[in-house]
Parts: sequence; C-alpha cells; structure tokens
Amino acid sequence: MIYLDYNASVPLRSAAKEALLKTLAFVGNPSSPHQAGRHLRSLVEEARTEILKGLGGKRLVFTSGGTEANVLALSSAKETPVIVSSIEHESVLKAVEAPYTVPVLRTGVIDLEALEKLLTSFERPGLLSVMLVNNETGVIQPMKEVARLAHAKRWKVHTDVSQAIGHLPFSCEDLDVDMMTLSSHKCGGPVGVGALILREAGHVMPLIRGGGQEYGIRGGTLAAPLIVGFAAAVNEAIGEDMSSLKKLQQKIEKALPDAIMYGKESPRTAHVACIGMPMVSSDLQLMAFDLKGIAVSAGAACSSGTMKSSHVLAAMGVSALEAGCAIRVSMGWNTQSSDIDAFIDEWNIIYGARRLKEAS
Amino acid sequence: MRNRPIYLDYQATTPCDKRVVERMLPYFTEDFGNPHSRSHAYGWSAEEAVEAARSQVASIINADEKAVIFTSGATESNNLALKGVAHFYKDQKNHIITCATEHKCLLDSCRRLEQEGFKVTYLPVQPNGLIDLEDLKAAITDKTVLVSIMAVNNEIGVIQPLAEIGKICRNAGVFFHTDAAQAVGKIPIDVEAMNIDLLSISAHKIYGPKGIGALYVRRKPRVRLLSLISGGGQERGMRSGTLSPALCVGFGEACVLAQKEMASEALRLKALQKRFYEEITKELDEVYLNGDLDQRIPGNLNLSFAHVEGEGLMMGVKELAVSSGSACTSESLEPSYVLRALGVEEEMAHTSIRIGFGRFTTEEEMDFAREKLVKEVKRLREMSPLWEMSREGIDLKSIQWAAH
Amino acid sequence: MAYSKKVIDHYENPRNVGGLDATDPLVGTGLVGAPACGDVMKLQIKVNDEGIIEDAKFKTFGCGSAIASSSLVTEWIKGKSIEDAATIKNTEIAQHLSLPPVKLHCSMLAEDAIRAAIEDYKKKQKIAA
Repeated sequence: MIYLDYNASVPLRSAAKEALLKTLAFVGNPSSPHQAGRHLRSLVEEARTEILKGLGGKRLVFTSGGTEANVLALSSAKETPVIVSSIEHESVLKAVEAPYTVPVLRTGVIDLEALEKLLTSFERPGLLSVMLVNNETGVIQPMKEVARLAHAKRWKVHTDVSQAIGHLPFSCEDLDVDMMTLSSHKCGGPVGVGALILREAGHVMPLIRGGGQEYGIRGGTLAAPLIVGFAAAVNEAIGEDMSSLKKLQQKIEKALPDAIMYGKESPRTAHVACIGMPMVSSDLQLMAFDLKGIAVSAGAACSSGTMKSSHVLAAMGVSALEAGCAIRVSMGWNTQSSDIDAFIDEWNIIYGARRLKEAS
Repeated sequence: MRNRPIYLDYQATTPCDKRVVERMLPYFTEDFGNPHSRSHAYGWSAEEAVEAARSQVASIINADEKAVIFTSGATESNNLALKGVAHFYKDQKNHIITCATEHKCLLDSCRRLEQEGFKVTYLPVQPNGLIDLEDLKAAITDKTVLVSIMAVNNEIGVIQPLAEIGKICRNAGVFFHTDAAQAVGKIPIDVEAMNIDLLSISAHKIYGPKGIGALYVRRKPRVRLLSLISGGGQERGMRSGTLSPALCVGFGEACVLAQKEMASEALRLKALQKRFYEEITKELDEVYLNGDLDQRIPGNLNLSFAHVEGEGLMMGVKELAVSSGSACTSESLEPSYVLRALGVEEEMAHTSIRIGFGRFTTEEEMDFAREKLVKEVKRLREMSPLWEMSREGIDLKSIQWAAH
Repeated sequence: MAYSKKVIDHYENPRNVGGLDATDPLVGTGLVGAPACGDVMKLQIKVNDEGIIEDAKFKTFGCGSAIASSSLVTEWIKGKSIEDAATIKNTEIAQHLSLPPVKLHCSMLAEDAIRAAIEDYKKKQKIAA
C-alpha cells in the first residue's frame, strides 16, 4: 500500500508513538492532586511548554483536535463581525453563522486588496481567520501582510496552521497573529488532540465547559498520552529537512506535463500537489489508484458520505467540470521516492487509457 | 514500601486495560488513515473499525448503533446534550431540570444557559444523595425541554432511580439526559427500558483510553440538537472533527470487556467494599459514610473521618492515591459541593476522602489501604484540637470560631 | 499539590505536639481558625518570670501546611521573650516552609495563634495582679 494522503491524516511518527505508549502506561487523571495525577500533569505541562517553544505564543489550550480549536477560536467572537477566507477548512467556514468571506485570486492567494476594502467597511473591529497553508493546494498565505492590514483596523487575527507545521518555518510572533490552531494528527501525532495557541494570555469564550481545566477555557479530562505524543510530533516535524519533499514535488510536476498543477505559480509548501487530469473525473482516478493500492484523495476528506467538489478550487475560479478532475497527492515524513514513481506510472496509465478511448 | 502508590482513585480515571491497549496498538501504527476518507482502502479499514466500535458501545447500553455519536469525552457529551438540545428547541421551550450534585461540567453548561436566558431548576438531593421523585414531578412544566440527572455520582457513587425518572419524563413528554460516565460498565444500563433519550459515556472511566467518549442521541422518538463543533459534518452532523480509529477501537473493546465482566466484577468489588467499610468502622470511631450504602456502585466509598482534615490526611497516606473531593475541582480548596448538597456540614465535608476501586484492585491492597488510613487517622486525631475537645465533651458548635 | 521538604518534615515529625495546663496562670492559650474553614490551631505557651517562653505546645486540625506552620512556630518561639515572639511575621513562616500562594493562609493562622496565646497570657496576668 502506498499512502499519499498525508493531508487527511499523517501516519504516527515513531517518536510520537513512543511517547504516547510510554504515557499510556501511567495511571491517573492529570487533575488529581496525588502523586499519580501530578506525574501526568507534569508530562502535560512539559508538552505544553515544548509546543509553545517550537511555535511561539503565550498560552496553549489543548482541545480534541483542529476542528474544535477552530470552532473555539471563532465562536469566541460571536458578538463581533467575523471574516474568513473563502478557502478555509469547513470547521472555520461553519463556525459562525454567515461569516463574511474574502476571496482568493486565481493563484490561490488571498486577495489583499479585497481584504483591505472589506475591513474598512466595518465600523467596529472583529475577528479575521485565514489559514497559513491550504490543505488542498499547499498555497502559503501572506499572513504577515494579512495581519498587518487587520491589526491596522484593530481586528484580531486567527490562523489555522494545521497543514504548515514542519513544512515552513514560522512562529506566532513572526506571523503576528493572535490565535493559532494546531492539529496533532496533521503533523504525525495521534488523532484526537489539537490545540489553540493564544498570543497573549487572554481568555476566549469556552465551548466545552466544566472542571476548570485549561485555564477555564476548555473542560474535560486531559488525555495525557495523546498530548505527549502530539508534542513529540510537533517537535520532530519542525526540526525536519524540507528539501527532500520539494524534490518529490518537482519530480511529479516534471513527469506529468499534461497535468494541471493548481497553485503552482504561488508560494507553496513541498508536501502537496493538487493535480488535474484533463477530462478524467477524479472519482474514476481514485478508483483506479485504489485498485493499485495507492491512496490519494479528491478535495478534503471531511465530508462524510458525499464527495463534494472542492470549494477551494471553486474559490480559485476553477470551473466545476475542471475541478471534478483534480486529485490531491500529499506526502510526508515516510514518503519514499519509489512511492512517487508508482504514482506517476499509474497516473500515466490512467491518462493513457483515457486518451486511447478518445482516439477510438 | 511499594514503588508506586496504590491506585484508589477509580472515579477520577481508570487504568487503561492491557487488552484494550493491545487492541488499539495496530491502529496507532499500521492501520492509519482518516476514517472519513472515502477514496482509498486505508480510510475504509479505519471506518470499518470505527463502525464496529460504535456498535460495541451501543450494545452496552442496549442502543441502536446509529444513535451513538463519538465525542472527545463525557465533558463534551454533557455540553453537547445540554446546549445542543436547549438551543435546538429554544423557540418552543426554555426550561431545564437538573440536580445540585451533577458533575461540574454539567452545572457549568447550565449556568451558561441561564446567562443566555434559559431557566434551570436545580433539584435538591436527600441526605442519602438521591433525588426525590416527587420534587422532579413538581418541577416539570409545559416549558420544560430536558431533564438531566446523572446516573451515578462521581464523588459518592450513589445510583439515581433512572427507570423511574425515565418514566416520569416520557409521560410528561420531556427529554431525559443522563450523565452515565460513572455508571456504564458498573451497573446495567438500558436506554430502552429506562426511557433514556440522551446519555453521556466516557471511555477512560471504563478502562479505555482518554480523549474519547460518546453521546447517545435517541432516534425514535427523535431527539434533535444543534452541534457544538461544526465543520466537516461527521457524526451525522452532530459533531465534526476527525475521529481517531485507535481511540474508537479502544473504547469499543473497553465496552466489550466491561459488559462481559460486569456481573462478576460487581460481586467481587461489593465484597471489597463491605469488608473495608465494616472493618474501618470497627477500628475507628466517628467515621461516616457519605451517600446511600445500598443504592451505590460497588467501587466507591466516601468517608468522613471526624476531626481530621481531608487534605492533611491525604498527605499522610501518600502510599495511596485517593482523592478528597472530585479530581476536577481539587485545584481549589473549597469543600465538596456534592457533600454540602447532602447536608453534610462544612467541617465534616473537610474531613472526607473518596476511595475508588475497581478491576485491578486486590483485597491485599484494600487491607493495606485501610490499615494505613486507620493508623494515620489515629495519629492526626492525637494532633487535632477538635478531637481533643470533642473527647472532653465540648460541643464544638458552642464555640465562637473566628472565621478567617 | 507538591509539598516542600520542610513541610513534609514537620508534618511527619511534628515538634511539640500536645497541651499545657490551661488553668495555669503562666500558660496562655490561643485557639484560632474554624472547623468550617478547614483549619483550627491551638497554641499554648508557658512564660516564666522574665517573660521568656519556656515551653510551647500545639494541636492542629488542617492540611500539612497548617500542621507544619504551627509546628515550626513552637520551635521558633521557645526561648524567646513574648515581645520578640510577637514580632514573628507570617511571611517569614511562609518563606521558611516555601508555602505556595494557596497555602499562605496557614502561615497567617500560625501568626494569629502566637498573638492569641500571648494575649491570653497577658489577660491572665492582669487578672492575677
């Protein structure tokens, strides 16, 4: 099996697995005052410090994942206007009822002019949410510029960095954002945990109440094994050399001249390629790849049941017909050059079969 | 001297069963994949595992598996049940009934709803910790949308009369939610027989992993709710976020084991409970049990040792991991609100210790714990001015204490 | 809660636990705190003709920090004049025992106990005189 769907879920890194299993052996509730609880609590606090050290920010609130962290960040702004970019993850798009959206250009980069205009149209400041790296195209958003425009109007800025950790260097302070969403399993940690980092030690309106854990921002027993595994994954991811994935990405693009590479003209991370195969529907491609044991995806994996065409490509002005022919290849810490070779071969076979059919 | 303290805090959390860990391990490593990926086999096997786990969880409460929603834990389940139902039906009804001894997360959700304009009735409990069904009947109005009463209390282990509550709610056309985090796997729960409409479960309280739980949401008659975490639309739109196959599988296995071993384990724990309680009351004067002895899960004892302060006592029995008050609130030094609700006086509430035991607790450990407690209580009583005064026959209530 | 080494030492080996004859005119008794608040300290001192505290005993209902605070002050005040003993500040007690902020009230209670015992002693002396 060749796994090229890292953006849906990254295989657990061995450092994370080790940390998780080690912690699983300890019994106790990290909020209990006895020795057993205190030991787990100290592990949780070490993990918190480690992540903050790696990614910046002052306060970190553990959540059940990126989705919850996004909803937590945005729902705290219920009383004020909320602007999101049109290519955000669904959890951001749906966090508040009818948010204002700011478009992206054909390149997949946020339209800064439109953003500035939109910001100016409000009398009172609110919250802006723009993801650092798009999960479907890997396009990197100019966060510093986005934050500069927003802060000039006294808006708060939130960014989802789930797809960015380990793929470009950044910190909460560099980006100049107020809140950052992290997802553990998108950087090789266990599923079921994530975090919201706050630039200042302020408060956000809790979504899940009770128990007083996490500065009163998020109730619920702390899942120490998941948290410790998460920190280990973040730590390993940000120390990684990114050049090998860049080579693989270039390899794909060179090998498939007929393919359309979405977001290619823009600053982009190395771990994802959004590839259109002319006139071959993505469903058909996925079935063919799956038969060969190659796991890729079309659009995001989140909508259970139905396969909707990508709202990200639509936002970039790609027609529904064309977007319906795009698949996503995403790579990571355990992707081998031979995996990419197999993918390229299969892509050519599928595409070749289609052209043969056309010719006949 | 033992290397690790004896773990007697099973209501705070339980050790993850080795059989559960074994079942989970492959999903942490080999069988990765996002269970919502529909396009490849990795996602499929993850999804199959998740669905198998869902039916295992459903089975332990005799529910339709389609009615089980995975969450990050009972805290989230409780928040979702309360706020979700209240918000969905807010145009028709605005009243919620709960009870003074509920878990903190439930009470916090209620307080939030009150701020939003909902009305909440907090039923008192009787000195044995159980609600009075007549109080419940009297509290229900035509504006009542939901009754939320926990199945088993986390501090004192008492079991509320679920079937009776369910019947009252069904007859009145009111939804019945129960926080069953401390009940599932300990006592038989049947959402059909008990007319339960919503039910919260936590995996780590039944020897499963931390970070996962479930909310049962009845389909017939249908209960509707507004989601708390929206996004990808997983879990029938009621709870978005990527599910962890490993955690789901661990949770499912924990339910299977609990269901299989519940009856025999209950007998064994009941015997441990009986022996501990009988012996300690023989060896020490003025030990009081908080909460009903019979309507109680077998793995809990909550005892007040008169004239010995609970936190001081905990320090003296450092070979034991026990708790004074609930784990979630022990970061503050206030005496337990649950004990206060039973009518236990503040000074007595300060002297209480919760002893929680379960699957891996041995008789030898319980004996050791008891001996240790007896010894330490005696030592601290020798040091306690209150014990001295009460031995001299001084009525402590007659003294003008200067509160500080 | 993690306790400091000194707190643990006093808790496990409390100094001067016990009582003195409360009816003795040379003995002052201080009883401070309240059961409802979770801590009560009884501190007794015996003062000689020169106004020096010859003996001190305590009993405490409370957490480890409360027990340690009262045990510590019995050590400190023994051999001191009542005037000197009255100058002991809660901050010194807290610092010596490395009490965390949530436990500062234990040191305050110990300071109160010293004062209450001295006051009781003085009151008795006045009556005797």
